[in-house]
Amino acid sequence: MAKLNVNGKAVDINVDGDTPLLWALREQVGLTGTKYGCGVAQCGACAVHINGQVQRSCSIAVKDVKPTDRVVTIEGLSPNGSHAVQKAWLALDVPQCGYCQAGQLMTAAALISKKPKPTDADIDEAMTNICRCGTYQRIRAAIHMAAGNSKG
Amino acid sequence: MTKTASKTRLSRRTFLVSGAAAGGGLALGFHVPGIKDAIAQQLIGAQGSELGGAWVVIKPNEDVVIRIARSEMGQGTLTGLAQLVCEELECDWNKVSWEYPTPGQNLARNRIWGDMSTGGSRGIRGSHDYVRRGGAAARMLLLQAAAEQLKVPVAELTVSNGVITHAKSGRTTTYGKVAAAAAELPTPDMKDIKLKDPKDWKVAGKPAKRLDTMDKLTGKQLYAVDVTLPGMLSASIMDAPVYGAKVRSYDEAKVKAMPGVRHVVKAGDTAVVVVADTWWQANQGLKALDIKWEEGPNDKVSSESVMAFLKEGLDAKDGVFVGNQVGDANSAISGAAKKLEAVYYSPYQNHACMEPMNCVAKVTADKCEVWVATQNGDGSLAAAAGASGLPPAKCEVYKYHLGGGFGRRGMQDYVTRAVQVAKQIPGVPVKLIWSREEDMRQGRFRPVGLCKMSAGLDDKGDLVGLSMRIAAPSILAYAAPSRLENGKDFIAFQGLNPQGAEGQFGYTVPNLLIEHAMRNTHVPPGFWRGVNTNQNAIWLECFMDELAKAAGKDPLEFRRKMMAKHPKHLAVLNAVADKIGWGTPPPAGVTRGIAQFMGYGSYVACAAEVRVSDRGRLKIDRLVLSTDCGHVVNPDQVVAQIEGSVAYGLGAALYQECTLKDGRVVEENFDTYPMMLMEAFPKIETVVMPSGGFWGGVGEPTICVAAPAVLNAIYAATGKPIHTLPLKNVSLRT
Repeated sequence: MAKLNVNGKAVDINVDGDTPLLWALREQVGLTGTKYGCGVAQCGACAVHINGQVQRSCSIAVKDVKPTDRVVTIEGLSPNGSHAVQKAWLALDVPQCGYCQAGQLMTAAALISKKPKPTDADIDEAMTNICRCGTYQRIRAAIHMAAGNSKG
Repeated sequence: MTKTASKTRLSRRTFLVSGAAAGGGLALGFHVPGIKDAIAQQLIGAQGSELGGAWVVIKPNEDVVIRIARSEMGQGTLTGLAQLVCEELECDWNKVSWEYPTPGQNLARNRIWGDMSTGGSRGIRGSHDYVRRGGAAARMLLLQAAAEQLKVPVAELTVSNGVITHAKSGRTTTYGKVAAAAAELPTPDMKDIKLKDPKDWKVAGKPAKRLDTMDKLTGKQLYAVDVTLPGMLSASIMDAPVYGAKVRSYDEAKVKAMPGVRHVVKAGDTAVVVVADTWWQANQGLKALDIKWEEGPNDKVSSESVMAFLKEGLDAKDGVFVGNQVGDANSAISGAAKKLEAVYYSPYQNHACMEPMNCVAKVTADKCEVWVATQNGDGSLAAAAGASGLPPAKCEVYKYHLGGGFGRRGMQDYVTRAVQVAKQIPGVPVKLIWSREEDMRQGRFRPVGLCKMSAGLDDKGDLVGLSMRIAAPSILAYAAPSRLENGKDFIAFQGLNPQGAEGQFGYTVPNLLIEHAMRNTHVPPGFWRGVNTNQNAIWLECFMDELAKAAGKDPLEFRRKMMAKHPKHLAVLNAVADKIGWGTPPPAGVTRGIAQFMGYGSYVACAAEVRVSDRGRLKIDRLVLSTDCGHVVNPDQVVAQIEGSVAYGLGAALYQECTLKDGRVVEENFDTYPMMLMEAFPKIETVVMPSGGFWGGVGEPTICVAAPAVLNAIYAATGKPIHTLPLKNVSLRT
């Protein structure tokens, strides 16, 4: 058994403590917006926030997440897709296949909360998620837009 | 009752009601909160009046549901096809939604939605005509029904945004009000319908927002890997890493005792699958299974042995096919004032879709169902039938948006495997997910290849003879042998063909010979975004720069002189040259490269600006890409595809290589098979220049020109041509 706080709700799940948070979220909590891409923290499709920090949930065991740690998934980023990054992503039609975009959005949201006016260099450093469709140019523009940067 | 008889006894409305009932029952079975509605949206036949040869459903509340037979994998085809139907239908774009008809419905209705396969950049260019006719037919029926209700001649009616107006009497009605009556009228003869001239388009040809964006921003979008069914088990698979080797043994007893593990089963002769309560448990079990495969001669295959095998093909006489021949290239080259030769190498590469292969299957004694992301719904239906042993009419496929396709999901091996597993656990839905490692091992790889380029220049530096000898595996010989033409794989010659709308060689060379020595290995090849245009463009266009240098000419001028008879190829090349400022001095430390090619019916070119530091570090500053795809349905999505294709094509050229050791692929995850990331992605400028009169593809064509333009810019910086890819294996130090 494990107790987690996911998107502001306490959940009890029946799971082995070694299970990665990613799979507990997907298979026990029933939140499938967080995606499996590589399982080795390379691609970022599984990115979630833990206490406001972006983390790759495929490489964190459930036993290492405290019941008081605030886990936020894409489903909890905002009510109705109203976070600034979601609005910018929508305005610029960023996604193609969309599979990596939950991770991209969670990473971008964490970046903007830390650096409200990120530069291109900040974006290069923070946004290390893989997108096979190659939406990078629009992601960059959308982050600038969400941050209210003039170049967005 | 025969199929035909059954069809004629069902009116369109009866079908819809029964279809909706079946779908509704299905959707209610889903138990994860929040999923029901999304599933319903994708699976239920829309309730309303079906029109236009089944392409359109109009609801009483004016909502318009457009049927999309092709698959959406990010390329934007769904939105483009809906725009085309809406354009002819004259409905309100803001009221348009969509649904995927199922392959089972398509079969039951005599393939009313045509071809469901989605590949070769054909999603729009292969169906624009009949979907527009569907939209137009629906409009005609709605107007006819309105004319009958208003008791006026149909010619006196006009329609805009779904509102029908009779100007003479000042009366109006709407599509929603007349749809039910329209559905009872006979569909007009589709081939007599006159379609709009694209210059009169109002919805098509414009940058409409995609119809599938919002759910991809909130986690609501369900991919096949997210499907959850009552009583479902999850499974992880390992197939023979040396392709074709049969399973010899595995430790079933140990793994069956592990937490959550329910079954350990074989799939075919070569794969073993662990089925558990959750995928994580299944995959833990799989790792502990200690599978052994039978040994065989392929265990000795390595990248080195494949290289030697291909090298033999560079000069061989047997197994050689001619793709393009003009005059006598070999004599012209041997008699030329100046000769040049280079051998290029391109490695095996994996699609590496972000969503690993997966499929949910449920098999009972008389029904086989699969939930899957597929580029070929009809093919998935056939695979389900083949693996279950049931006739196709007793199988059904529920299609989901793909988390990447790129050609990989045109193959149906993952559907076959899922059904093979589910058949052994009757009545229980099984979700089979490939681990990333398994996905990387069990690719359908872009073929490895060597290419010997030989050419002769006369004393004025003009090209008098060119020979291109490709030695490479054939995709068709593996994936679709029935499409070989007297043994020849015509796809090997993409972009090098003497003529044809698909991919014509863009230069006039007096003596030309292009050949393919087919050299097939045990590694399964597959269609990979851009397929063989990728290598063919790099080989041809990089060698063009070597020739230009040998001739003492500017690479652009050297090309232009041979392109007078290829004005469309030339126009896109000129466009990128103009925009990048070719002929003007580049910024300090910057060099430029250029390339053009044709594939999938479209003419494309790229110009690059790069910096190569003294220590050999590459920075790609800027790319300009152009395309003439004939007609443009959604310009913003054309731009998106151009931008995206750069990441796929350049990532391959810069970083990616699947090597072989002991008969198996070595690279199993993104740590050893790196992707292009944000930091390396250059600034992309696009020139979309549709010249009209033809329909070219968009998803793939530009992928092949980014890499040669960049490689040529590097060559301009270092003076050393690049013959071996990926670039990470090449030192750029000068």
